[in-house]
Amino acid sequence: MPTHDEVFEKVRSALVDALGVDDDEVNPESTMVGDLGAESIDFLDIVFRLEKAFGIEIPRAELFPDDVLTSAEYVQDGKVTEAGLIELEKRMPFADLSKFKENPAVQEFGNMLTVDDLCRYVASKVGAN
Amino acid sequence: MRWFWIDRFVEFESGRRAVAIKNVSYAEEQIPDYMLSMPIMPSTLILEGMAHTGGLLVAEKSGFLHRVVLAKVSKAFFHEHATPGDQLIYTSEIQAIQPRGALVHSTAHLDGLLLAEADVVFAHLDERFADIQLFDPAEYLSILRSYRLFEVGIRPDGSPIEVPEHMLDAERRLLDVERRRCAKQSP
Repeated sequence: MPTHDEVFEKVRSALVDALGVDDDEVNPESTMVGDLGAESIDFLDIVFRLEKAFGIEIPRAELFPDDVLTSAEYVQDGKVTEAGLIELEKRMPFADLSKFKENPAVQEFGNMLTVDDLCRYVASKVGAN
Repeated sequence: MRWFWIDRFVEFESGRRAVAIKNVSYAEEQIPDYMLSMPIMPSTLILEGMAHTGGLLVAEKSGFLHRVVLAKVSKAFFHEHATPGDQLIYTSEIQAIQPRGALVHSTAHLDGLLLAEADVVFAHLDERFADIQLFDPAEYLSILRSYRLFEVGIRPDGSPIEVPEHMLDAERRLLDVERRRCAKQSP
């Protein structure tokens, strides 16, 4: 069972390879989009590398629940509704949604996810301690 | 213009690994035109050859039913040049594959030396692109036969890779059309 530090190092390595950033640019608080410059296709690359590094499967809607963000049920006028936020919290227990809740615009969602969120997600899959 | 950047497969293990060769010739128009007084194979076209090798490896995994597109080159390194007369060996290995796409690591070797390497992400076009057909299936099959994929291709159990039925159907339909056209033209 890997430690959190070991999880972080592997996640960092995956991000360095996928995004072409330097080691020291990847910190727990770095946001995937804003700080590391990840674009939508990069997330597919990152998923592949995390699956390989940790021997896990990452279903599409688990890490990036874009079905919620494109649903008429959960999005109105470009913002995630109260019901949508509840669904996101249920689907993404590893992510800190508090900042996103202040302005739940769909376009801001991609900039919410941090390296730490990613580590927590992976840790939940591999049972890190 | 056709866009063929490998000559043929020499090994093909379904879902795992493929090896293709590419003979560099001065007769190819990109060689004399790319860099005056320095006839070399453009590195972008070496990358294209590695992507062809990997992309077809990914596409075969679904029996050529998934529409596979090059989504991203994560990283690519070019260590040496290739010049006319060289034979490049492209080797692609699937690192991860799932319904959305695949990550493939590819290399290009020349005389046993590493010439280039790249990580390429391929995506499967999903329902949002339902109307897009990348290749005519009969023409696609013709290309795969030219690449000798079905002559060298094997499955994990060692059995040969068969031509998918949907491609054979398309080929039969095309032949029927051609036969009827010829019949009409004959006196």
